[in-house]
Amino acid sequence: MIDKTAPAATALIDMRNISIAFGGIRAVDDASIDLFPGEVVALLGHNGAGKSTLIKILSGAYKRDAGHIFVNGEEASISNPRDAKKYGIETIYQTLALADNVDAAANLFLGRELMTAWGTLDDVAMEAEARKVMGRLNPRFQRFKEPVIKLSGGQRQSVAIARAILFNARILIMDEPTAALGPQETAQVGELVKQLKSDGIGIFLISHDIHDVFELADRVCVMKNGQVVGTARTTDVTQDEVLGMIILGKCPPGAIPGPGALKIAA
Amino acid sequence: MTDTTSNTPAANTPADRARASELSAVGRFLRATELDTRMLGMVGALLVIWVGIHILSGGLFLTPRNLWNLSVQTSSVAIMATGMVLVIVMRNIDLSVGSVEGVIGMIMGVAQAEFLIRVIGFQLGNPWLWIIALAAGVVLGLVIGAFQGFIIAYLEVPAFIVTLGGLLVWRGMAWLITNGRTVAPLDATFQLMGGGPRGSIGASASWIVGIVACAAVAFALLNGRSQRKRFNFPLRPVWAETFLGLVSCAAILGAVWIANSYPWPIGIVRQYAQQNGITIPEGGLFIAHGIAIPVLMAVAVGIVMTFITKRTRFGRYVFAIGGNPEAANLAGINTRWVTMKVFMIMGVLAAISAAISSARLNASTNALGTLDELLVIAAAVIGGTSLAGGSGTVLGAMLGALLMQSLQSGMVLLGIDSPLQSIVVGAVLVVAVWLDTVYRKRV
Repeated sequence: MIDKTAPAATALIDMRNISIAFGGIRAVDDASIDLFPGEVVALLGHNGAGKSTLIKILSGAYKRDAGHIFVNGEEASISNPRDAKKYGIETIYQTLALADNVDAAANLFLGRELMTAWGTLDDVAMEAEARKVMGRLNPRFQRFKEPVIKLSGGQRQSVAIARAILFNARILIMDEPTAALGPQETAQVGELVKQLKSDGIGIFLISHDIHDVFELADRVCVMKNGQVVGTARTTDVTQDEVLGMIILGKCPPGAIPGPGALKIAA
Repeated sequence: MTDTTSNTPAANTPADRARASELSAVGRFLRATELDTRMLGMVGALLVIWVGIHILSGGLFLTPRNLWNLSVQTSSVAIMATGMVLVIVMRNIDLSVGSVEGVIGMIMGVAQAEFLIRVIGFQLGNPWLWIIALAAGVVLGLVIGAFQGFIIAYLEVPAFIVTLGGLLVWRGMAWLITNGRTVAPLDATFQLMGGGPRGSIGASASWIVGIVACAAVAFALLNGRSQRKRFNFPLRPVWAETFLGLVSCAAILGAVWIANSYPWPIGIVRQYAQQNGITIPEGGLFIAHGIAIPVLMAVAVGIVMTFITKRTRFGRYVFAIGGNPEAANLAGINTRWVTMKVFMIMGVLAAISAAISSARLNASTNALGTLDELLVIAAAVIGGTSLAGGSGTVLGAMLGALLMQSLQSGMVLLGIDSPLQSIVVGAVLVVAVWLDTVYRKRV
């Protein structure tokens, strides 16, 4: 049953001792991370530190070699993206993962299409829903008939975000959600994160922008070479200390060290 | 520097609006009717070819007889082209369709002309003969498609290799079944699928089919309109809807009229009159062919395949996978199973084509469908299916098949030698795809 080390309040997500290797390279090595309702946890680290890989294990894109995932305290079996969605885990990928040749509504409902009573696609209803959710995210968006490849970067991003929030996600994974956006749209995403947070949704945020992270996240988790350097509340550490964790793997006193923390002879 | 660069994020909508107001009359017409310009281009090319060959051949091409024959000759390739669209949209290829057609034609021929009669003891002319033969062919097509699809989807061997192997394997099997012997004649009812005077539905039935089709067009337009009204979406102007309806109905009724203008040959009329005790009046008896059964089968396949691609979840997945396989997988689509199903559909369509071509020949030969894979792929590609995946239409592929067949039978009418025919067809394929590439870059 549940491990003795489980925290008092039930974590929305608790990933324990996750490992995965690609042809001998340990992309993620014994990493543990948790997430509580209404909390934003930022994952930081260099390119290739293992953030995206760890998160893709949670979203079902990769199969872990070892470790356990608990959702609401119960062990979850996630071996493909469909499983993850069943647990209410939605992901906004860095690459957006949109089918470029179909329109916004088809992308929003991809894999979960609305059907008519005769078992055919209900395109009109899907477009109506798409207009509703896009109206909330990006009121100026009008190009519902065009394949998403013709949309601008920001519009594509809002389609990807709309898809994640359309189905009442409980856990949202955002992999570099603002990478393709201008300042105004980035601010919009920030507002959205705060709104979702107040709805009790837990968010994993992967970002390179340390200012963004300190503004939005409650905790940070830093990874280096596939290992967790340490986890800390954003109120307990400074931006410089977090940079030290990212670059040197040096765990400051305000953080809980992980297996990847630099061992200094005390 | 102009200030256009400074407001790029907001530039989209005003620019669109500005462009819309600058549109010419043609542009406004196209926008209102929502017609696909590439499809119009294809219809235009087809008409140019038809009129050109008609003039060059001294008025032989645009006759009811030739157009009727053209429709029958096109149906087999057109049916397989609809499936090839799905295969190519998913970034795969099927080189084996001609050989699959051959082996299935052989099995269906042996079943009805030999196996069921000699081994099971059916009488000649028993209606179960053609039903069992056809059903066996369709099931075999499904199984062959599933087998190849399984190797492609689950064992991850590239489709090009699997179906290149299939091209040789199935052709070899077609030969092995009878050691190269041709099987003939086929069951009389089975033969109807090949067309000919008796394999056509006659004048009155053709008019009924035409009128039902027109009613269906009207219903589809009205239904689409009321659906969009229900959610307050922008509607096409009434004149545009009326125009589309009228043009479609005119095309359908025109085709029926042409099919009904082609009379039975005099010998068959005489035979028919004798059998039914009719005296042939002075000046001959005019009995119209009407629409040929293989053409009806092709139209039915076209409608079903269009429905599958546009209105079902499966069709949506095929296109999404073609557009971005990674994204489709992350969206939770079982891409392997969809791939396998596409090849199963291709196998069934090859079986239907096999029935039509062997019935038309009134024989099963091991060479049936040789090189058809190339015609089928060419038809799909000329019809606007992109080899890069993600785009293509069933209607386009069927028009592509008609275009290829028009060129070929037109050149036969003009008395062009077969090596020169190959050269023309090959060149047309390359030019068509080049034009398509240019078009895609501009749009």
